[in-house]
Amino acid sequence: MTDSPVTAACKIRAAQQDLPAKLQLCGVRKRFGRNDVLRGVDLTVPAGKSLVVIGGSGTGKSVMIKCILGLIAPDEGSILVDGEETVNIDGKARSRMMSRFGMLFQGAALFDSLKVWENVAFGLIHGRHVEKEQARQTALEKIRAVGLKEEVGDLFPAELSGGMQKRVGLARAIAANPEIIFFDEPTTGLDPIMADVINGLIVDCVTDLGATALSITHDMASARKIADYVAMIHEGHIIWHGPIADLDNSGSAYVEQFIHGRAEGPIAVNK
Amino acid sequence: MKNKILVSFQDFVRSPMGQKTQAATEIGWEYVLDSCQAIGRTMLAFFAAVGRLTVFILQSVWYSLLPPYYARHIFRQFIDIGYYSLPVVGMTALFTGMVLALQSYTGFTRFNAESAIAGVVVLSVTRELSPVLAGLMVAGRVGAAIAAEIGTMRVTEQIDALKTLSVNPFQYLIAPRLIAGTLMLPILVLIGDIIGVFGGYAVAIYALDFSPGSYLSQTWDILESIDVVSGLIKAAAFGLLVSMMGCYHGYNSGRGAQGVGQATTNAVVSASILILIFNYILTQIFFS
Repeated sequence: MTDSPVTAACKIRAAQQDLPAKLQLCGVRKRFGRNDVLRGVDLTVPAGKSLVVIGGSGTGKSVMIKCILGLIAPDEGSILVDGEETVNIDGKARSRMMSRFGMLFQGAALFDSLKVWENVAFGLIHGRHVEKEQARQTALEKIRAVGLKEEVGDLFPAELSGGMQKRVGLARAIAANPEIIFFDEPTTGLDPIMADVINGLIVDCVTDLGATALSITHDMASARKIADYVAMIHEGHIIWHGPIADLDNSGSAYVEQFIHGRAEGPIAVNK
Repeated sequence: MKNKILVSFQDFVRSPMGQKTQAATEIGWEYVLDSCQAIGRTMLAFFAAVGRLTVFILQSVWYSLLPPYYARHIFRQFIDIGYYSLPVVGMTALFTGMVLALQSYTGFTRFNAESAIAGVVVLSVTRELSPVLAGLMVAGRVGAAIAAEIGTMRVTEQIDALKTLSVNPFQYLIAPRLIAGTLMLPILVLIGDIIGVFGGYAVAIYALDFSPGSYLSQTWDILESIDVVSGLIKAAAFGLLVSMMGCYHGYNSGRGAQGVGQATTNAVVSASILILIFNYILTQIFFS
């Protein structure tokens, strides 16, 4: 099938990157009613690297990640995964694409009615049709990998603390050994020590799997720990993008204000 | 001539009287335009809602027919919708049958038509009261529960999580509820029919001194299979409506506790109204 001009241009752009692009976003736009959330997002995530998108609340971080996952359809633009267009695909093609992704949701999004091990094995059993016993063994292995005891597998999510739920969410995200893992505010709502534990687990899991990671956060400690590259989104645009080592010398007044958490600066604060 | 008219109009506008009239005209036009916009917005919102509902219904029915079928979930819904609704439907049917016999007796004795009571009870219960009241009871109990459960899953991103795990929420969440609702309500109504007729029988025999044999023979003589079958078909339609409204409002729930609460209310209200509307339509089809 012939590529649309937008897709073709995006493929050229992906090919021009220094490192091979696992994920390439070109001119992604999304509007809800009169609210222009994404206003042409361009972003490259190199294969095998961890990119963290930082930005204030309501700047379009979650919408961007949901567009990439296909949970929200963008109004315009192109999203390539390994050079393959993912916008407007559905049915089996979408399902195939989803099987390459893992996602850790902000609130973990565990299924209340299922035991912990069933949550972790859910994608294996229902998405990949793995035998139940084999899926259970894989789930228990992943539960151990995120630092929880095997016995936790027989509890229900409501019986776990917030930090444990995040770990189970992480175990579920990595259960099927995905190529790309998305982390939506992985440390929100956790105390600093537990946040550091989760950050460490994210780094370990991504490194062990050799996966590409895309995280969104406004927790700078988390960003510094898990990122190879950082991008900053503001008012629906990527306004700065670079290696984590350059973050403190970005030369962008917006980035400076954000990483130092100052109320004064170019980013207007709604009082 | 044209210039002259223009000049005199401009003079008029510049005058105090003219300025007032022009301002009033502008305010009038703004009011008309605002009203048109409001009507347009309402109409667009209405058509968008109808479109969303139609697409949701088509998707739900389509995915209910396609594999995979989640047998464990369907069975769980059979228990939730069918078994756990049995007490409330049974109680409703029992007291409805009892009241019906009592009220019919009060009215029919005035015309010496007591012998018609058995027929009135059995026809009213099987054709109308059992399916409609069971439908309304299940709408309150099950429709609300479905909307609240799916709505909570929506706001806690569990539905998004299903999609990221390559599981279709229509097949995993909605299809089992639609199948269970459609199959369980006829069974509940059939049990309700028996309990309702028994309620009328009990009042007639123990409170109104009817002869058990003649009451039963009158009941049996007047009852035709279409009376029961029409009630069961209505029940299947009501079961589908209740579960569909629960799923639709839950799936499209707004954010937060308020959004889930609103979805629950909408599910019960819309299911109840649709039951009454479809009851009339189906009665018209069966008995006109």
